[in-house]
Amino acid sequence: MIVLEVRVKRKQGRFTVEAAFGGEETGVTALFGRSGAGKTSVINMVAGLARPDEGRVAVNGRLLFDSRQGVNLPPEKRGIGYVFQDGRLFPHLDVASNLAYGMRLTPPDRRYLDFERVVELLGIGHLLQRRPALLSGGEKQRVAIGRALLTSPSLLLMDEPLASLDGERKAEVLPFVHRLSRELSVPILYVSHSLDEILNLADFLVVLEGGRVVDEGSLEEVTSRLDPQAFPGIAGDGAVIPTVVAGHDEAGGLTHLSFPGGVLRAPRMDLPPGREVRVRIRARNVALALVPPKRTSIRNIFPCTVESVAEAPGGLVDARVDIGCPLTARITRHAARDLGIRPGRRMYALVKSIAVSRGDAGGNGRD
Amino acid sequence: MNFLALTPMETEALRLSLWVSLWAVAGSLAPGIAAAWALARLDFPGKSLVDGLLHLPLVLPPVVMGYLLLILFGRRGVVGEWLYETLGVAFAFDWKGAALAAAVMAFPLLVRAVRLSVETVDRGLESAARTLGAGPVRVFFTVTLPLTVPGILAGVILAFARSLGEFGATITFVSNIRGETQTLPLALYTLTQVPDGETGAMRLCLVAVAVAMAALVSSELLARRFAARMKG
Repeated sequence: MIVLEVRVKRKQGRFTVEAAFGGEETGVTALFGRSGAGKTSVINMVAGLARPDEGRVAVNGRLLFDSRQGVNLPPEKRGIGYVFQDGRLFPHLDVASNLAYGMRLTPPDRRYLDFERVVELLGIGHLLQRRPALLSGGEKQRVAIGRALLTSPSLLLMDEPLASLDGERKAEVLPFVHRLSRELSVPILYVSHSLDEILNLADFLVVLEGGRVVDEGSLEEVTSRLDPQAFPGIAGDGAVIPTVVAGHDEAGGLTHLSFPGGVLRAPRMDLPPGREVRVRIRARNVALALVPPKRTSIRNIFPCTVESVAEAPGGLVDARVDIGCPLTARITRHAARDLGIRPGRRMYALVKSIAVSRGDAGGNGRD
Repeated sequence: MNFLALTPMETEALRLSLWVSLWAVAGSLAPGIAAAWALARLDFPGKSLVDGLLHLPLVLPPVVMGYLLLILFGRRGVVGEWLYETLGVAFAFDWKGAALAAAVMAFPLLVRAVRLSVETVDRGLESAARTLGAGPVRVFFTVTLPLTVPGILAGVILAFARSLGEFGATITFVSNIRGETQTLPLALYTLTQVPDGETGAMRLCLVAVAVAMAALVSSELLARRFAARMKG
């Protein structure tokens, strides 16, 4: 069944949002793009807080908006949970009343989550009697998530729910969002401009730029395709590789991660074999060689084929290679000319370091 | 005779003033909040005209307002005649007329205070409530109105004080009848016009100060309690 169908067009001053995406995926779909790309406008239209000039929005086969048929359900009839960037807890109600606000308006036969379960899942039991003014940023966001969940929504919208939090608070909330997507079967549409969050959470990625969808697909596909010049420093220089923990080399202090092109050796991680882990390899941490180097400190060397070469900022070039999955190497133009790097060339990719997307990294068990 | 003991005329004036002001505020509260909300949140044709009309009592001489009320609500007035014949309600020379005059004069103050407060309510909270399943009416009563309470309190106190002080419109509309329309300011004025009235006038003056202070202090206390509740 089609879980999500979004096709919206709306003119806002001189800016036009015209976005279409959707599919049969449950799980976390991330709406990714720079600020001002129209992400919030899109989910406001999904929620019914903004009216598209034309288009169609349906969730789980239920029509919420259709300009041709004249359907436009008000937000309170859409059954969509919305977690706002700034929390928006009701300051005059305590946490328990905030949580119960939407739940009480949901008919009991439509509820699939009960109060205790959500409170337990989000770890907010000790906050119930407090007023929002006394909560920390991370606590506020957890309560906001709980409040939205308790309406038993058919889709959960999250608009940069971590953007207003510092690193520590982010680390506090992220695991909860993670658990939501895995333990509850509610599909999530997650808006973010942070690649780190997306690597942690997303199964599917929709990239928005200037109000339009420029790419859409599974996380691995899209991150390997992203134009680093269009998203400098964000998507920039990265390849994301899905791996599985194959085992540990205790003596060498290594963890072996198997991936479609072989085995990656990463610093020892405290994860059980069989656990899915997403790793991110930055382009500047990949070097290329014509012959496999011997006697080097680099542990990860893979034969590869060059697929494309593109200019990168600062007189550098990005060489896209295939090691069984896509990988990007950022090297100097001089080196590229010297080694004769061009599409089709067979070489060796030297991976200097691997970043693991933490928070146990996207193992969603659905692939 | 004790200087502070009120004469029956003065007691009557005080009681009547409190009674009239209470009714004036109670009667204008609901329409005042509705008007404030509409002016803060709605866009409709003729909005500035409505806004202007609402503020008229603030800028017109009170005597003019009293005269307008007399034309409209007097026994022979356009509205007054109809009210008397269909409902048997008469405003002229009656405490109800005094309450109407006070309400009309105080209305703009009430609306202004509440409107400012409505405008500070974060509309994001209202949108959030909508996504949680609340329709517009429920959002108003469970989110907007509770968050407007400080403004309503301030408006009520301002309106109450203005009603207590109402003079010009009252005396023009319903005259100065002891026990019926002679409120505290009218009684004070009357006492200044008769020989030996000074001590009575002074007593009423002190009473007016006491009542006004009591109203201010109680509103301050309520506002503080509300603020404390919001903080935890």
